[in-house]
Amino acid sequence: MWIAVVTITAIALVAGLLLSFASRRLPPNDDNLVSKVNGLLPQTQCAQCGYPGCRPYAAAVVHDGVEINLCLPGGEDTVRRLASLLGRDIVPLETSAGKNMSDSVAFINEVLCIGCTHCISACPVDAIVGAHQFMHTVLAAECTGCELCLAPCPVDCIQIRLAA
Amino acid sequence: MSAPTFDLGTLHGGLRLPILKDESTARVIQHVPVPMQLVLPLAQHAGEPAHPVVTIGERVLKGQLIADADGTISAPVHASSSGKVVAIEQWPVSRRLGENAPCIVIECDGLDNAVPLSEPIVPFEQQSPDTLFQKILHGGIVGLGGAVFPTAQKLMEATTELLEHLIINGVECEPYISCDDMLMREHAMEIVVGAQILLHALQLDHCYVVVESDKPEAIHALADALTEVQDDRIVIKQIPTIYPSGAEDQVVQLVTRKEVPTGGLPLDVGCLVQNVGTAAAVYDWICKGEPLISRITTVTGDGVAAPMNVMARIGTTVADVVNFIGGYTERAKQLIIGGPMTGKSVSTDRVPLVKATNCILVLSETPPIGTEKPCIRCGDCAQVCPVLLLPQQLFWYACADNEAKLRAFGLTDCIECGCCDLVCPSHIPLTADFRIAKLRMRELEDEKARAERARERFESRTVRLEREKLLRSKELLEQKQKVRKAGPEAIQEILERSMSKDNSESEKDE
Repeated sequence: MWIAVVTITAIALVAGLLLSFASRRLPPNDDNLVSKVNGLLPQTQCAQCGYPGCRPYAAAVVHDGVEINLCLPGGEDTVRRLASLLGRDIVPLETSAGKNMSDSVAFINEVLCIGCTHCISACPVDAIVGAHQFMHTVLAAECTGCELCLAPCPVDCIQIRLAA
Repeated sequence: MSAPTFDLGTLHGGLRLPILKDESTARVIQHVPVPMQLVLPLAQHAGEPAHPVVTIGERVLKGQLIADADGTISAPVHASSSGKVVAIEQWPVSRRLGENAPCIVIECDGLDNAVPLSEPIVPFEQQSPDTLFQKILHGGIVGLGGAVFPTAQKLMEATTELLEHLIINGVECEPYISCDDMLMREHAMEIVVGAQILLHALQLDHCYVVVESDKPEAIHALADALTEVQDDRIVIKQIPTIYPSGAEDQVVQLVTRKEVPTGGLPLDVGCLVQNVGTAAAVYDWICKGEPLISRITTVTGDGVAAPMNVMARIGTTVADVVNFIGGYTERAKQLIIGGPMTGKSVSTDRVPLVKATNCILVLSETPPIGTEKPCIRCGDCAQVCPVLLLPQQLFWYACADNEAKLRAFGLTDCIECGCCDLVCPSHIPLTADFRIAKLRMRELEDEKARAERARERFESRTVRLEREKLLRSKELLEQKQKVRKAGPEAIQEILERSMSKDNSESEKDE
């Protein structure tokens, strides 16, 4: 009987040591979780959450414990999905002013555009094409409707319209 | 002649519905005269709508191409009679989504002048399959069983090693509808020759013509036609009348005992299914040079004076068709395009008869629909489901909007036959709920794909920006090092040069 007790204890000890070593030394698989959180976000890259894009926000949620209710375009649905993924409580959206952007696209008024390229560098998904002193235009299929191009435009020639 | 056989695979569930076809099959097919006005929708087929090739005010002839196929899955539309194009506009139509669709409106001159008939390809046995496919493509022929998939594309997709049987589907299991039955009775020869053409085009030597056993006249007519042509490649197969055994996958399962896999086509089990009407249309086009400009439709129900089958030009409005057979009765209340199970209720009889219209059903009252009560999980719906789904479970997940579970429980396999609705003791409109859930699922999928693309673009942009930043800082560093290497004198010299440049520039400005 003593042999059995000693053997089992030894196995438990070795396994315990291995596990504790693994949890301390091996890098945690956070990237995977960040990707999962990122996958639930609507990818508008609108930066309304205060982070420069969806993935940075996802990283902040996972690593810094930032609240999950900052994504306005995602709305309550996204909060619910994030809560169930991360095992956190469902919290109300930060403000109710958020809107679903998936059905809107930016439109450049070609008459007014002066070709300054400011909007091109602001677009988070490279959905605006054009060159310096040439008219710019929006690739409607790629535009997420994030409205980030509105502010930098010096002649206010960009409108947000309903997607066709 | 081959002996009719009853040696069949089994189908789960299904319902024995009242047949209600006696009235409409009592008369021979009547020909509706050319109406004053024809309305031809651009999208009478699955896939991309055709694009108009005529202009407003143009005179067109019967059989003239007025809208051409657009894209790989599409079919052309031909003028059904001669006249003047008066409009290309939105018009009420009967379809699953939305009320109106773009249509070409032709004011007929009553002369019914035809374009010179397209050269018939006879004998078709000497043509290559490819010639026949191309010819069928230009005839505007689509599957007349209901799904209206362009026939030529369906044939071309099916020409693979896998293909073993051609199945000509004469099963009409929905109550009221009898247009295929009448077609088989009166035009059996055309169906048989159509089947021969298809067999030749597909390079096959085996064909089943499937008919329900409660249509003895149709079976007789087909058998006579087969005796006449002496073709032992074509075999008549009888099946019992159980709804929905006429659906494509269900026919295949009954005839070949093989189940069409989830998300697959009958081709996956070596079959190609064509409706009897399609076979006849192929014959008309190949052997007589007549494109698909008319079809047989059942006009029936207790809301019309004289239920019957009519041969009408495509584009005739329902009002004109009903007028021809003697108008509505006083009790007429509801108009359904299609059968009572899968048809669509429409609010106006201005809708045109299209290639897909197999039935115009006028009922005296809306079938009583009880008030919806909560699901009691009796499981009756699962017993009748022909595709072995669990509607009660799907309903659960549809309510909860649980996409993953809906997928896991096979919502996409639902054929929307409506059996579960009919047996539900709580009167839950399951099929309608499933249709909405399917639509929602597709929307979510689109949204996901969109988000995925946006994510990729955002990430590649981030990588690019970082790379550019790195490059710039490296260049800057190199320049600094170069200057530092040159020593303090060089720096002094550069500073002086830039000062003098500044000065001269500011002088210039002044």
